[in-house]
Amino acid sequence: MDIKKSNRKRHLDTLLTATTWTFAVLTLTALMFIVGHILINGVPHLTPSLFEMRWTTENVSMMPSILSTAMMVVITLCLVVPLGMFTSIYLVEYAKKGSRYVKVIRQATEILAGIPSIVYGLFGSLFFVNFMGLGLSLIAGALTLSIMVLPLVIRTTEEALKSVSDGFREGAFALGSGKLRVVFRIVLPSAVPGILAGVILATGRIVGETAALIFTAGTAPNIPQNLYGSVRTLAVHMWSLSGEAFHTNEAYATAVVLLLIVLIINTVAAAIAKALNSGRIK
Amino acid sequence: MVGGNTMNKIRKIREFVMAKVFMVCALISVLALTVIFLFLLVNGLPAIREIGLFNFLFGRIWTPVSHPPSFGILPMILGSVYITLGAIIVGVPIGIFTAIFLAYICPKKLYAMLKPAVNLLAGIPSVIYGFFGMVVVVPLVGRISVLLTGGGTGASIFAASLLLGIMILPTVINISESAIRAAPNSYYEGALALGSSPMRSIFFVIVPAAKSGILASIILGIGRAIGETMAVLMVAGNQARMPISVFRGARTLTANVAMEMGYAEVGSLHSNALIATGIVLFVFIFAINVLFTIVTRKHKGA
Repeated sequence: MDIKKSNRKRHLDTLLTATTWTFAVLTLTALMFIVGHILINGVPHLTPSLFEMRWTTENVSMMPSILSTAMMVVITLCLVVPLGMFTSIYLVEYAKKGSRYVKVIRQATEILAGIPSIVYGLFGSLFFVNFMGLGLSLIAGALTLSIMVLPLVIRTTEEALKSVSDGFREGAFALGSGKLRVVFRIVLPSAVPGILAGVILATGRIVGETAALIFTAGTAPNIPQNLYGSVRTLAVHMWSLSGEAFHTNEAYATAVVLLLIVLIINTVAAAIAKALNSGRIK
Repeated sequence: MVGGNTMNKIRKIREFVMAKVFMVCALISVLALTVIFLFLLVNGLPAIREIGLFNFLFGRIWTPVSHPPSFGILPMILGSVYITLGAIIVGVPIGIFTAIFLAYICPKKLYAMLKPAVNLLAGIPSVIYGFFGMVVVVPLVGRISVLLTGGGTGASIFAASLLLGIMILPTVINISESAIRAAPNSYYEGALALGSSPMRSIFFVIVPAAKSGILASIILGIGRAIGETMAVLMVAGNQARMPISVFRGARTLTANVAMEMGYAEVGSLHSNALIATGIVLFVFIFAINVLFTIVTRKHKGA
């Protein structure tokens, strides 16, 4: 009886160990399979014609989309970084602890962070595209995205500001600096790496976004003349290509470029965050 | 002396103005949320009133462009629920076991590989997942479906669940892992000291201690799955009819908006019904947020 019991126990142990290992390996395999499949099928089709400056139905070049993506990133960041930074300066440096404003702002950013991107697209098309009359445009897309990534920028900047030691602030105050000077000359410069990591993360979100852009920035495949022109970012381009049966190879190649850009951006952000953390422990 | 005074005044004014500027900026996120909410409600509620709340939520037929049109979103609500449920069935066990592996079992060298891999998985854009689903998952599921049911293209609830199951892995893994790590080590050591094997200590002592954090990770995973658009759009088939089988297509709430927003005439009942679909989606996400807050608050209290 006892031997049976201990045998059963040992069986359970083996079963649990085996399951844990299997599932962990499965996770790793899923990633390697997805990335590997796209690289293997995409890299051989990275032809020069895919990088021509003008898109045609023949070459389905992704170059205009890459440039459009860069424009979208720059404009969105110009809108969202000051806003997010000022918000976190208020939350960390100015607001009284436990103030009602802080609670409301926290709650609002948390809800904003959970809204699906298609709802942002819906709102953007209602508000920026139609109500404000911006049309399907670079600027309408950037405005929509800046609300979408605002919570991310606020959270990362807030953490960066909080990690600046109070001694810096107190020292500067003791030397007679005003609050503004302390914030801009002392706190912000020391928080730059953390803020940068957040900005890079936001860039990754913008580059990878599709659903919020289709109905706000549209799908025009070439570089826009101005802010009010419709654009297609690389992710949206990827989506359009995947719907066309005759461009599978080009879709694979485009997927390679999009995947690599996003993965590099995320790796850089993670590296900065890691360097920051290890620096703090020392 | 006088110069110093004006300097001081200017400085004070500048301090005051900038303090207000910071506050106004901070309130913009509240304003943005309010405007999003108002715009959805103002455009969506009249449509719900015109269609009738019951007919809208429980109507089984969605034919927005026929005469007369019918706007029932029950097929899409069920589509979202089934696909999310499927994603949970696929992703949660794998995710939790991987989290346990990362927190307690994983050798250091493997950890240095597996952890970044999980984070990379989180960084892959959903349109790439969707493309991968189209070219790999759908044909595979199609073959299984033909074998089992004698038909089907593969673009189905099953394919979408499989793909979403992978997509929610990073959410489930990362949050569960930190919850498991947060469980006091003394529990583990105590269990070992009482003669329990390491595996049994982990599964029957540590995991129960971390259960609210693990639950929170599942709730966030549900949020991610229900809000996902592009990947689902590309693999689920998107037929606006009541789901009949896991091997047949279905349309989610998100896909409903994404598919028809492009051609619905602005201001028409069709377009407003899509906005109302957005409201229903918003309600789902809001409920998930509330649930998450309740679960994590309990955790802090304990």
